Amino acid sequence: MFEKLSYLQLQEYWWFLIALLAALFVFMNFVQGGQSLLWTLAKNEDEKDLIVNSLGQKWELGFTTLVMFGGALFAAFPLFYATSFGGAYYVWMAILFCYIIQAVAYEYRKKPNNVFGEKTYETFLFINGSLGIILVGTALGTLFSGGNFVVNSMHLSHWTKSSYGLEAVLNLFNVAFGFMLFFLARIQASLYFINSVDDENIIKRAKIVLKYESIIFLILFAYVAFSIFTMTGYSYDPITKVVSKEPLKYWHNLLDMPLVAGALGLGVVLLLSGIVAGLKQSAKGIWLSGIGTILVVISLFLIMGYDHTAYYPSLADMQSSLTIENSSGSRYTLVAMSYVSLMVPFVLGYIIWAWRAMNSKKISIEEVKNDPHSY
Amino acid sequence: MHIDPSVVDWSRAQFALTALYHWIFVPLTLGLTFIVAIMETIYVKTGDEWWKKTTKFWMGLLAINFAIGVATGIIMEFEFGTNWSNYSWIVGDIFGAPLAIEGIMAFFMESTFFAVMFFGWDKVSKRAHLISTWLVAIGSNLSALWILVANGWMQHPVGMRFNPDTARNEMVNFWDVLFNPNAYVKFLHTISSGYVLASLFVISVSSYYLLKRREIKFAKRSIMVAASFGLIVSLFNLTTGDDSARQVALNQPMKLAAMEGLYNGKSQAPIVAVGVLNPKKSYDNNESEFLFHIDVPDGLSLLGFHSFDAYVPGIKQLVLGDKAHNIESVESKMTKGKEAVSALKAYKEAKAKGDKEAMKAALAKFNANSKYLGYGYLKKASDVVPNVQTTFYAFHTMVACGFWFIALFVIILYLVMRNELEQKRWLLKAALWSLLLGYIAQEAGWITAEVGRQPWAIQDMLPVGMATSNITSSPVMITFWLFAILFTALLIAEVKIMTKQIAIGPKEA
Repeated sequence: MFEKLSYLQLQEYWWFLIALLAALFVFMNFVQGGQSLLWTLAKNEDEKDLIVNSLGQKWELGFTTLVMFGGALFAAFPLFYATSFGGAYYVWMAILFCYIIQAVAYEYRKKPNNVFGEKTYETFLFINGSLGIILVGTALGTLFSGGNFVVNSMHLSHWTKSSYGLEAVLNLFNVAFGFMLFFLARIQASLYFINSVDDENIIKRAKIVLKYESIIFLILFAYVAFSIFTMTGYSYDPITKVVSKEPLKYWHNLLDMPLVAGALGLGVVLLLSGIVAGLKQSAKGIWLSGIGTILVVISLFLIMGYDHTAYYPSLADMQSSLTIENSSGSRYTLVAMSYVSLMVPFVLGYIIWAWRAMNSKKISIEEVKNDPHSY
Repeated sequence: MHIDPSVVDWSRAQFALTALYHWIFVPLTLGLTFIVAIMETIYVKTGDEWWKKTTKFWMGLLAINFAIGVATGIIMEFEFGTNWSNYSWIVGDIFGAPLAIEGIMAFFMESTFFAVMFFGWDKVSKRAHLISTWLVAIGSNLSALWILVANGWMQHPVGMRFNPDTARNEMVNFWDVLFNPNAYVKFLHTISSGYVLASLFVISVSSYYLLKRREIKFAKRSIMVAASFGLIVSLFNLTTGDDSARQVALNQPMKLAAMEGLYNGKSQAPIVAVGVLNPKKSYDNNESEFLFHIDVPDGLSLLGFHSFDAYVPGIKQLVLGDKAHNIESVESKMTKGKEAVSALKAYKEAKAKGDKEAMKAALAKFNANSKYLGYGYLKKASDVVPNVQTTFYAFHTMVACGFWFIALFVIILYLVMRNELEQKRWLLKAALWSLLLGYIAQEAGWITAEVGRQPWAIQDMLPVGMATSNITSSPVMITFWLFAILFTALLIAEVKIMTKQIAIGPKEA
């Protein structure tokens, strides 16, 4: 089946899967958003426990999506894996540290004899939910704004700045991208609490966060979208593969791919309706905004990687820029992995089953108190 | 491309540090998930609430261990990119696949059903909960399968070819990678060792209760399950260990020689039961190999090649070559490897100029020597010798512990069936402390596997010196210490929490 696809079609298929994983990861960032709101939404210990436990049943799914995102990049686009992770060393390491501390925080926070105290583990959750997401967003921003790397004729890469990726935080676009993701995560978290938590006080405070932070998010989103569609991108010649600058490249890509443009528009509409639904205290808000987020992220990734575009522009050497054609795995590996990807609907199926089973009833303070294994 | 040697050392140190920490937690998860699933099965079959309570207690300890296993695990995957970026390109086309499959096939299963297992007691049916618990056990073991397919491939690379145009190895046969015998033997040996550790864990905690004369029924029943499980899996572990040694003998003779401190090859080679290596010994001097040793005659020939008479090459023959046994010297391989390196460079230069004749000539030269490409990056012949002391002692520590565990399980099972275990307080103390030996054996096993294959990141193909990222040593040094501090702090927290939960006991589970 996949053998009949051309090499380019396989590369495009895998870029779509990367986009899907990135989109699911961004959606699952509501867990991080919720962590960053822990001290804002909870005013006493019971409320804190409720928030932590409502997120605690989902954190691992987001964590796994990040790991899967990395694994899929490694298998399908190993040159990106080598170039970005091995070059922008400090940024990726900082992100990883933020996720390491998340993994223990839920389980250890309330356990007796936990050495560092409850507050420390809550701080871990806050760091993961704020700095972690802002850094992830900053790193994603470099897929548009570029990185300082050179790839030699043997396809071995090196970074040209001794700050090893930290210079990305000096770029306004990257930072705005990071903060946009951060506020999106907090909006999604507010919608998730409205959907899943049985506590009027928390819901009331979540609605206030939703009301004000949606405005900040929309301003940042407008800035980022405007920047992307007006910036000069790198395109490459389909025959010679020579990379050159093209003004308004991403805008042109949007016009060239009406289906993607439609998905982006629909995504924005759903995202906005999710926010409105949330303000009306509708439980559907998280799903509307969630599907909207997924559509927007997929569209942005397709605009970034399709239509003969360099998805990772090199600021140090334009011809070193990464494209889905020059950075992918071999044809054989992409075919083999494509068969593996047929498992995705099955995986999504059991995730949906588990989600429905676990969220069939809103979580309450009583439930948390009565569960000896609660976080 | 010049690589700073200190980057190689710091990258190795960082990977060793993070892997050793990660491996403290993984084996217990691999085994304890199954033990918990067995206990819950008994609960569902019998309807006895006591088993539910017991299941929940062990599940609580599993969660504490699982969390830190996840925390230390995420870095392992990404380190291939951050610290071994040349590796990621040169073999990523093959190596990335099992990691991605691990994610889709195992990690999602683990994480999805882990939440159901912990929080779903009153939200899903008994049967659905039991299935979820089993799926967590299966998911964590599937994860081990794929990571060991990847690791097994590093120890015995198959199913690929080097593509001079992309300057990397590319997969040509997925099934060869998947059914690599080295990977399967490694997988079975590794997971069964995890089951042994989990059995030791349950026995150790239960022995603590018996020594304290509390939770008697709970402890005895738990010991019964764990000792039965432990005995079966430790015997299986013994057979997979034998298979593993055979794979090493066939594919990594230098590692086998280092494991046994064998400098001079011989037929009817003995295996060292107990020994102290002579630190002055090197393959190019005449010092004796051991200061003290007790051998089992013909044991190594039998272990490695399943024949009493088989010839086992020593470190000296493997470095200097041995025509009588058709072993090529490392110097000769290095010469061919350097020809492959220069031919590849010439091929790329000719390609850039569009000189087809020169490309053809360079390619022919490269193909003739490509098998030795990895040797072309070595500095000197002695580089192929791993640290013999570390490999030897790690291997013998692991084996000694393994035999002790079998004996322990047999004795405990015998006494618990005769209802005499509580009276044997010396044995309970030995069982309590054997958990520490379990962890030592786990780490020793990995040290044997990984130190023994140095200097190769990919056996005979890619030395670690060529595999690192092209960065300076400072960032790696900084993150090394950050990991050392963070992981140590988390380990202390984990041990304190775990011991407190054990002290609280199952009554509040």
